[in-house]
Amino acid sequence: MKVILRNPRREIEVAGGRRVKDVLRELHILPETVLVIRGDELITADQVVRDGDTIELRPVMSGGAR
Amino acid sequence: MKCRKCGGTAVLELRRHNAAFCAPDFLDFFRNQVREAVRKYRMLDKDEHVLVAVSGGKDSLALWDVLLDEGYRTTGLYLDLGIFDYSVESRRKCEAFAAGRGVPLIVASVAEEVGGPVPVIKEVTRRPPCSGCGLSKRYLMNRVALDRGIGVVATGHNLDDEAATLFGSIAHWQTDALARQSPALPSTHAKLVRRVKPLYRLSELETSAYAFLRRIDYIVEECPFAKGATSIAHKEILNRMEDASPGAKHNFLFGFLEKARAAFERTEAVELRECARCGQVTTGTICAFCKLADQVKRTL
Ligand code: SF4
Ligand SMILES: [Zn+2]
Ligand SMILES: [Zn+2]
Repeated sequence: MKVILRNPRREIEVAGGRRVKDVLRELHILPETVLVIRGDELITADQVVRDGDTIELRPVMSGGAR
Repeated sequence: MKCRKCGGTAVLELRRHNAAFCAPDFLDFFRNQVREAVRKYRMLDKDEHVLVAVSGGKDSLALWDVLLDEGYRTTGLYLDLGIFDYSVESRRKCEAFAAGRGVPLIVASVAEEVGGPVPVIKEVTRRPPCSGCGLSKRYLMNRVALDRGIGVVATGHNLDDEAATLFGSIAHWQTDALARQSPALPSTHAKLVRRVKPLYRLSELETSAYAFLRRIDYIVEECPFAKGATSIAHKEILNRMEDASPGAKHNFLFGFLEKARAAFERTEAVELRECARCGQVTTGTICAFCKLADQVKRTL
């Protein structure tokens, strides 16, 4: 399956057929630091992603003194 | 995962609330948190004109969206920081949002006001970019509000921003900063407008989800100067705490606001004067903004 990462935008391939949670763990991403977007929907970390899926992991952190 | 409210498929899990929500119930939850913030700190009157400081990012556009939805009369303020493509793109997002909603947007340029954009200010002062940038933003927000006769500025600071600021202030025991940290800052002088942070009860995850679910077109890319900012390092530490113990950030910030903040409030107020140059409020003779502008203009 395809995973889109941001800042900067890039794409990687990882194994599907498992929960989002497991993908995040493999990528060393804490679950609450990203939105998990599939198509035009948000999905929770317990959802299973399949091999043909594409998900975007969009960071939620914004920074600097504001 | 099922929605706590309706049992439908959840789109977002909120571990600190031990809950998950479907999209409509999450949006309700979000609006309720904003209402609670406004009520608890008496941030805004229902018919008051609000200046909403927008950066093009998820937080400030989510804030503008929710205030419009709640029926407030708002004007947006975008400060053009002159930070390369980031500023070009973020300005476009704000203009598109304002046009789409049919609401007014004021654009003010740091380069015009200070004499140079943020990257130049950074070179001239040899200080971290966020320092000159933050100073200019606070000054210009207040001045634009005063010029337009608007009594309150709302900013998109969220729970993570506030917790990171608190963490930084405690790390250095900056007691004046601790006294000033609040979701609502009153006007302490005729030339200072109120400042409120209606999103302080909502995490970055929640403001991002709200912006996404409301189909707000915000800038996902960060300011190129954000990378080295210490506030990011503090957020990362807090995120690790949160992961180990959901609710840690919330308890850290809310515990401070409810139990500790009052202890830092100064009994003796500092004397505020008007800057000899621009008339804005300062504790000295010339305000920090005018000094910065002088320094930039002198060097260029
Ligand atoms: S990260 Fe720093 S320089 Fe960039 S917009 Fe935020 S405060 Fe300004
Ligand atoms: Zn529901
Ligand atoms: Zn001044």
